[in-house]
Amino acid sequence: MTDAVLNAAGLAPRAEPRWRAIWRNAFPFLVVGAIWETVARAGVFPPRLFPSLEAIAAAFWRLTLNGILPHHALDTLLRLGAGFALAATAGTIIGLLMGRSRFAEDCLLPLVSIGAPIPGLAYAPLFLLWFGLGNFSTVLLVGFAAAFPIIFNTWTGVKAVKDIWVRSAQAMGADNPRLFRYVILPGALPYILTGLRLGLAQAWRILVGVEMLAAVPWGLGWMIFGAREFLNMDVMLAGVAVIAIIGLALEKLVFQRLENYTVVRWGMMT
Amino acid sequence: MSPERIRSIRRGALTLLLAAAIYEALARSGWFAPALMPTLEKIAATLVTVLADGSMLAHAATTLYRVLFGFSLAIVAGLPLGILMGRSRAVENFVLPLASALMPIPSLAWVPVFILWFGLGNTVSILIVFYASLFPVLLNAWAGVRAVNPLWLRAAGAMGADEQALFWKVIIPGASPFIITGLRQAFLRAWVAVVGAEMLAASDWGLGWVIFDAKEFLNADLMLAALAVIGAIGFAFERLVFGALERATVQRWGMVRSTSA
Repeated sequence: MTDAVLNAAGLAPRAEPRWRAIWRNAFPFLVVGAIWETVARAGVFPPRLFPSLEAIAAAFWRLTLNGILPHHALDTLLRLGAGFALAATAGTIIGLLMGRSRFAEDCLLPLVSIGAPIPGLAYAPLFLLWFGLGNFSTVLLVGFAAAFPIIFNTWTGVKAVKDIWVRSAQAMGADNPRLFRYVILPGALPYILTGLRLGLAQAWRILVGVEMLAAVPWGLGWMIFGAREFLNMDVMLAGVAVIAIIGLALEKLVFQRLENYTVVRWGMMT
Repeated sequence: MSPERIRSIRRGALTLLLAAAIYEALARSGWFAPALMPTLEKIAATLVTVLADGSMLAHAATTLYRVLFGFSLAIVAGLPLGILMGRSRAVENFVLPLASALMPIPSLAWVPVFILWFGLGNTVSILIVFYASLFPVLLNAWAGVRAVNPLWLRAAGAMGADEQALFWKVIIPGASPFIITGLRQAFLRAWVAVVGAEMLAASDWGLGWVIFDAKEFLNADLMLAALAVIGAIGFAFERLVFGALERATVQRWGMVRSTSA
């Protein structure tokens, strides 16, 4: 659709060679990098607080080689996976129940609506008090915070399944399990996927903050927060770079693929 | 009111009462330390006390100041830049790669970095709010301008609209549903970010700091009271401010049907 808009507006993307596309995307980073490097080397700020790109890259390389950075990143990813799995399971089940049963909707909606407007991170100290410092609280909190967008979108998705599809499937003799498997689930899937995507983004945004608060032994958030004590700005910025890479990879590799395999292939959206 | 609606409300109220009763039973059972799981009565009493002596209001005012300051900065920077990106290919080519690379970094990851650069206090929280809310504003303004129906542009041009009229009468109203969605998303993120930033970086004021500080003294009643205030403010902004904004702009202009959510 975007392409159609572009073409009509006379902005049709010319077929440009690959190297030009790469250059076009790399150029802004080169400019920003050059400005950063100039400021860092000019000595306006203490180099401890404003390290040159070379120092950041060196810290990145050193920490990768001795395995510290991969260990932190792996632990963060495992926590993200566990928290998100929790949220996806609980969120889809609650959302489906609310969409299918009037009784469940009446009972659960007030609870969910009260819980949703409070930022997940605000519960962090409470969870830490109740469940102790460490992994369990972190995963539970991430799962809790990420569940809300999944619940809301799944619920909306089930409600958005066209009544006429359900009735015609029933008229053609579909029993409940088949109605669910072949009509409701595919019909609600674009919404569910949107919910999962929002939930994963939410989990990712909160996880880094929770790691700083929960004093877990490993994890990128904790690494950045801990490095602050020693004024290791190069380590901190290397950590932020890894966080950016993981965030970008989640978006590009996980969700765009998932969408292509399911809803686009079924023709639910383009 | 239809009987169905009444049944819904009755069921909802019953669930809430049931949840409260279960909580109260757990709190009174003595299985958990009362400091960790205070009774509802105690939470309500704490909430009334801190509201009456004005300390909670002062904390809420500080948090609101930080969130609105950062949010306004994000609008001032993000809205014109996003619109410019939608109108000019060169700006888009320069800003979009940077925005796509910075956006997936959670704003809270910058907290330790900003603490070192700017010290503890207001500046860090405001900048974190700015970072959190900038990208939704920027990218939605960009998408909104690009989604303006080109037919409208040509029609307005054919009817003799100059650049300025085109901009204010066609592009801005046309992009406004996206822009308002962006502001909404941005505020939600800002609200999460400010609580986190205050826990990590505030020195003695702010709702996030209240919760974090209460943990040190095992004041679970104060934590839950502050949570209630945070929830109430977030809810009020979402419903009252953005609801009113939507009614005054896009719904009045007939850009979207009244949304229910």
